[in-house]
Amino acid sequence: MTEQDTDQAWPLWEVFIRSKAGLDHKHCGSVHASDSEMALESARDVYTRRSEGISIWVVPSNSITASKPDDKESLFEPADDKIYRHPTFYDIPKGAGKM
Amino acid sequence: MTTLSQQDALVQYAAQIGDNGLIIGHRMSEWCFRAPSIEMEMALMNCALDLIGQARALYSYAAKTDGKGKTEDDFAYLRDEKDFRNALLTEMPNGDWGDTIVRLFLMSAYNKLFFTALGQSKDADLAAIGVKSLKEVTYHLRFSSEWLIRLGDGTEESHQRVQNSLDHLWAYTGELFLMNDAENALLDDGISVDVTALKADWNLIVADVLGQATLTLPTNNWAHLGGKAEGRHTEHFGYIISDMQYMQRRYPGCEW
Repeated sequence: MTEQDTDQAWPLWEVFIRSKAGLDHKHCGSVHASDSEMALESARDVYTRRSEGISIWVVPSNSITASKPDDKESLFEPADDKIYRHPTFYDIPKGAGKM
Repeated sequence: MTTLSQQDALVQYAAQIGDNGLIIGHRMSEWCFRAPSIEMEMALMNCALDLIGQARALYSYAAKTDGKGKTEDDFAYLRDEKDFRNALLTEMPNGDWGDTIVRLFLMSAYNKLFFTALGQSKDADLAAIGVKSLKEVTYHLRFSSEWLIRLGDGTEESHQRVQNSLDHLWAYTGELFLMNDAENALLDDGISVDVTALKADWNLIVADVLGQATLTLPTNNWAHLGGKAEGRHTEHFGYIISDMQYMQRRYPGCEW
């Protein structure tokens, strides 16, 4: 079976792995699979064989709506000069300790 | 029937459980570079490594119990066909994807029950191997069950082909539930698993998954025997060990 055949037969799934309790699920790659159960098992077999995870999410890639690289200027650059949005201008009372 | 000393029986028992793992593990490893997708390749190789890992632990324990300075490698690479007591099911050729899935499913359903019971063995080493292996074979059963359902309840062609695989391999399952000399010798001491007692639960697991897969449970109870009882194998076995043992036989003692 060629790569192209596989692409046509099995949809793509994005894989998110939680490496240990208390941490977030992080995107780590993708797998091709015919259904969610196969995607989960393939994610286990491909991405956790060196004990990388304790929990897996798989999401159909076509369910993800992504921003376009071309929109970068209008989406993100306007935030660059709004330094007052960072909470760095407050005096922390001594009694509050380390925040 | 020859009578085995308790020590010889334990050596054979540990080795024969290992033989199941090594031979089906080797078969799965034959899919390397041939699987239908990279994901399925990884899945099968993970299974193969689990099973060969089980064989290593069991051969090491057999070698230690034997006490003649052998290692796990002597059991894997320097025994002859007659010395291997694996179930014939494990040596069946890979065939198509469905054949491989059915073989893994039938064996994993057995392995799950077997290693659950072995975890209760009075022999502490075997019990520890049973507990560790159970986690691995539980996943193999899950993986192969899902695939069996996918193929059985898939297209007309996948259904028919996997039904054929099942009908063909069914005759190699009866052997799993017959006791051999080593198992009988160790049963009273609570060391070996009474495999005859696993049959009913195995039938339940198989019937449940086959039902979900819309496959027909074979009714033929005739069974191929001989592998486990006396090392009498199918014609496929010689090719497996000639492949597997070639390097050690050609260059004795070689290491890399």
